[in-house]
Amino acid sequence: MNTRVQQDATGAGQPSALGPQPLIEVEKLEAWYGRRRILNGIDFRVDAGEIRVIMGGSGSGKSTLLRHLLGLQKPRSGTVRLLGVDLGRASEREMLALRRQIGVSFQGGALLTSLSVGDNVALPLREHTDLDENTIRIMSRLKLEVVNLGGFQDLMPSQLSGGMIKRAALARAIVMDPKLLFFDEPSAGLDPVVSAELDELILRLRDALRMTIVVVTHELESAFKIADTITVLDQGDILMTGTVDAVRRADHERIQDLLNRRPREIAVDADAYLRRLTEEQAA
Amino acid sequence: MNALSRPLASLGRAAVQSVAGIGYAGMLLLESLYFAALGWRVGQPLRLRQVLEQMRQIGVDALPIVTLLALTIGVMLGIQFIAALREFGAQSQVVVAVAKSVTREFGALITAILVAGRSGSALAARIGSMSVSQEVDALATMGIEPVRYLAAPALIAMLVMLPVLTVFADTVAILGAALYASPALNVTPAAYLLQTLSLLVPGDLWQGIAKAFVFAVLITLIGVSTGFSVSGGAEGVGRATTRAVVLSICYIIVADMVFSFFLNR
Repeated sequence: MNTRVQQDATGAGQPSALGPQPLIEVEKLEAWYGRRRILNGIDFRVDAGEIRVIMGGSGSGKSTLLRHLLGLQKPRSGTVRLLGVDLGRASEREMLALRRQIGVSFQGGALLTSLSVGDNVALPLREHTDLDENTIRIMSRLKLEVVNLGGFQDLMPSQLSGGMIKRAALARAIVMDPKLLFFDEPSAGLDPVVSAELDELILRLRDALRMTIVVVTHELESAFKIADTITVLDQGDILMTGTVDAVRRADHERIQDLLNRRPREIAVDADAYLRRLTEEQAA
Repeated sequence: MNALSRPLASLGRAAVQSVAGIGYAGMLLLESLYFAALGWRVGQPLRLRQVLEQMRQIGVDALPIVTLLALTIGVMLGIQFIAALREFGAQSQVVVAVAKSVTREFGALITAILVAGRSGSALAARIGSMSVSQEVDALATMGIEPVRYLAAPALIAMLVMLPVLTVFADTVAILGAALYASPALNVTPAAYLLQTLSLLVPGDLWQGIAKAFVFAVLITLIGVSTGFSVSGGAEGVGRATTRAVVLSICYIIVADMVFSFFLNR
């Protein structure tokens, strides 16, 4: 596992006598949709400099976990700390300062369709810095070069392919040189070659820009290629967190099902299902 | 028991949802005004460029259709008033009837309905599709408040442009009525317009302008709130767009009635 650490105003990421401080710290996090519990009080931490892959099947709770890590959902109970900031208690100002230090690349890219690729990448700089327009343009072009999209700044997002959209979104995510980069399903919807290129890009970013990267994915090949550590999530619980080899060797049945793509036997209790639906509707 | 409790439960849910919707729209209004006035203090300044862009879309781009509609309404009112007042031998009162009804009522109402159909729906569709494609989430994670970036510029632009469009529509409608009615009254269009000016009092114009401010708030809040609450992909965006237009027009007409009642007692 990579143990590089970064300097951090909040103290997170600095080595201490007890080892590196975590950049992300989740304690007893519970998440609910209506009366349905999605996350069952999970504990989880990510240290500086590592690439952590959060892996799990559909409905495992990984997207909900990511929304909590990004501060898009408040925890119903438990705490989420990013760079030492408790997201449940942070003020607007603290959240703003924190968000300038994190980058996010969403599953579908989430580029603003009304802006050109260059303007999308420049948006965080225009909003959060006092840099002059020329410098902003140079910096955004530089980041587009990093993701091999140099010269594409004048195109609109609708003119890009799926892989190019993901790379442009990545350029926007790293334009403020964040300490922490989140990547939601980088391989989703891409062919194997483009997907592999993106994996290489993530590894290059970690090495070149010394970022801590959290990747949420269900693509095994991609996860094993880029991860320093993997957290396996299933039905709202963390089954294990470990290195790639440890996860491969795990004798947990659900992990092996996931790794070997074995479908789970689905037993539906019709009465219980109907009862749940009725309760959810009433709620 | 079920037969009784189910309709009651539905009614209760609808009531709760309505109150929640009004509360949400109220919060959006307060947040938008807060970011417009004090956003710079928390690193979320309102961008003039965005406001100007919205003003162009809401106001300038609507000028041709507002002109066409206002002109038609003016001619139509001229036709109706001449026909109705002729029965009482009061044809000469057409000028005052058109002037008062246009400035107090029709100018603001027709402009608001038109803008609700054009810009209210566009707001709902734009924000709705942004919500569906995670663009709103992306803004939030970039530290850009979605309400400041998407709602506040639209609200300010609407508050400026709807009254301006209303005054413009008043002028064009009266011009339309003058073109149609002046031959019937045996006066020149210029004389018709001069008489209109002498009959109108500032209160007539202000009534329309005050309504336009209220309609501007309604159109923006309904468009933005339906946009932000979109779920269910492209179909959800379509539903939200329709809902935004229907709700806006309903609220505009009800608000207009309430306004007219209190201002003309």
